[in-house]
Amino acid sequence: MQRLMRASGIVLLAVLATVGVAVAKPFTPNDDAIVLERLPEKSDPSLAELKRMRAALAANPGDLDNAARVARRSIEAARATGDPRFLGQAQAALSPWWTAVDPPAQAMLLRATLKQSQHDFPGALADLDRLLSVRPADGQALLTRATIFTVQGRYADAQRDCAKLFRLASGLVTTACLAGASSVNGDAAGAYRALTQALARPGESPEVRVWALTLSAEIASRRGDVLAADRNFREALALDSGDAYLQGAYADFLLDQGRAREVAAMLATRTKNDALLLRLALAEQAVPERRSDFAAHRQELADRFAAAKQRGDTLHRREEARFRLEIENDAPAALALAKDNWKVQREAADLRILAAAARASGDAGARKTVADWMAATRIEDVAVVALAEGASR
Amino acid sequence: MKRLAMMLLAVLMAFPAVAHKPSDAYLTIARDGPGMTGRWDIALRDLDLALGLDANGDGEITWGEVRAKGDSIAALAMHRLLISSGGEKCALRVTGLEVDSHTDGAYAVLTLVGSCPHEGPTLAVEYSLLFDLDPQHRGLLNFVEGGQSHSVVLSAERPRQIVGGEAGGPLSQFAAYVHEGVWHIWLGFDHILFLLSLLLPAVLVRRDGNWQAAPDFKGSFWDVARIVTAFTVAHSITLTLAALGIVSLPSRWVESAIALSVVLAALNNVFPVVARGRWIAAFAFGLLHGFGFAGALQDLGLPTGSLALSLAGFNIGVELGQLAIVAAFLPLAFALRSTWAYRRVVLAGGSAVIVAIAGVWLVERAFDMPLFAALAAG
Repeated sequence: MQRLMRASGIVLLAVLATVGVAVAKPFTPNDDAIVLERLPEKSDPSLAELKRMRAALAANPGDLDNAARVARRSIEAARATGDPRFLGQAQAALSPWWTAVDPPAQAMLLRATLKQSQHDFPGALADLDRLLSVRPADGQALLTRATIFTVQGRYADAQRDCAKLFRLASGLVTTACLAGASSVNGDAAGAYRALTQALARPGESPEVRVWALTLSAEIASRRGDVLAADRNFREALALDSGDAYLQGAYADFLLDQGRAREVAAMLATRTKNDALLLRLALAEQAVPERRSDFAAHRQELADRFAAAKQRGDTLHRREEARFRLEIENDAPAALALAKDNWKVQREAADLRILAAAARASGDAGARKTVADWMAATRIEDVAVVALAEGASR
Repeated sequence: MKRLAMMLLAVLMAFPAVAHKPSDAYLTIARDGPGMTGRWDIALRDLDLALGLDANGDGEITWGEVRAKGDSIAALAMHRLLISSGGEKCALRVTGLEVDSHTDGAYAVLTLVGSCPHEGPTLAVEYSLLFDLDPQHRGLLNFVEGGQSHSVVLSAERPRQIVGGEAGGPLSQFAAYVHEGVWHIWLGFDHILFLLSLLLPAVLVRRDGNWQAAPDFKGSFWDVARIVTAFTVAHSITLTLAALGIVSLPSRWVESAIALSVVLAALNNVFPVVARGRWIAAFAFGLLHGFGFAGALQDLGLPTGSLALSLAGFNIGVELGQLAIVAAFLPLAFALRSTWAYRRVVLAGGSAVIVAIAGVWLVERAFDMPLFAALAAG
């Protein structure tokens, strides 16, 4: 579908795009009617509304309620479209409060969320600490802080914040918050059981159910319970088949199961999203008749990582490490990226790429980091265990 | 319900699902002597954010819509990019508008031509495109000179960058900064007037409350040498401290104090208080003037790769420029020293004029009030 749309409108540009930035030459179109660009609101009319809200805010940038609305809608748009430009626009909406020491609570919370999205975890935590010292029962702030603690591997801190949600949020939100930490801290079975029980109760929004089901599927997958994982992923996809994170997690699961063809089919049109393009390329690498697509997507990924590097971006080190290791077979480069990434975030996927890069490069220091982390957190992950055992052979 | 959605949003943002390219613009500037050419690729989506390219609101940007906004695009670009050389703004204009494709969509390509009135060793680039609308935006600058290219990133946190000054090897770079130092003291009238105020009495001696011609050249020469050396040592110290960022003073304060130093030095010639120890005044006020030189050097920019060499070059240039002034002054003043005109017109009259000029500077700088400009306008 997306390919058809491109073909109809911007043939010339599409051809040039495949040639690459370095050799592309600017040109003057010969017809005023040629469509050069499709704006996001073309495919999502609600974004036209966001555009109008932004224009209204520009007339009165100090209007906090309006600014918070624009920032929130922009963050949602970034999430839905995977387009980080919306995060920059959210930050712009908050600019009157961006550097203030004590901004109003709603500006502070949105600011922390944006800092989190930039992986500025210390900055986000500083804002949240300050906010929660004034408003200790702010559920949103607690959930955001718990999420950051979980990403950083500070599970006790995360669970303390999650526990405070019991009175402030629904049972499923609280359970998922707790399970996010406990499932990688020695109690995957208990976390999975609690999620299943909470999911059995009706009356929860589809968004929260997708979140909880995806989490369940990932826990099951790490425990090696393939059937349960597949079932949970499919339940989540039935509620929202377009969720980029869910698709990426399901693709990883399918790749582990040797079901690359399904991944190639599912992600064929999701090439705009770097993380999904990586999974697509990994699938195409494993399917012989997809070799030509694989070559093009491999080059596209290399271009995108080069572009990110040029601007000084370090947001996609986990993805790039996997690209270097599994597509470019460059274990030393992958290990360097995985180690840098590990300094910032410590989710299960971060541990796994570190273990894989450590094994491929035979780096004793990184292998010890993985082993120590496994011993300290008692994380259960069949893939990481296999990689760690392989390393000790 | 709404509260819940927001709570979830916070959690979901932790997932690395945002995975497109953020907003970047690609700026290439090639310099050749005083002239430069450039190319600036700006995403059509970003221009739509700033200028509303999608005139008919159908969610598609056509070439016709881009062309219709060509003047606005050029005006926006020129408003958001300031290039200066040697502290003076370069003239820059857009000469062409085309399109090109990058990994994240179509871009407008602006062709730029510019020229700098003063050809300094470096260029200072100040970039502010889109920072008000998308603080995550970056300008990726590729600077080309003498067959070498150098990349820097311009961001909301670091919107100003110094480029250039690295081409041509250390020797030509050193020479360029010597040249800048000479240029600066010759154009910096406040420094020249300060020095002259101290030097004017050097060919005279104070006796019984009157100025009299100095008996021999040797005495005058050593008096001048003491003053110039003291001034040089002092301003070298503060120039270095300020250029390396060890000490920093507000420029308005420094510039006002320099003007005051000129007033005091010239007043001393009309109503002598200090006669023999003028080198001490030269040293004390020289410390101030060093901060002034540092301000000029900051406008000029030091290449990070060879900071020490460029700093030394600039300092040596200042000394050479100063010595040239002294070399022209001393023989002339010595020849004229016994005339009535030297003592009355040059020393007393000249000093009075210097007091007046520096007094105006002092008011202008201290109160941020452009008197000369106001007079000219009136």
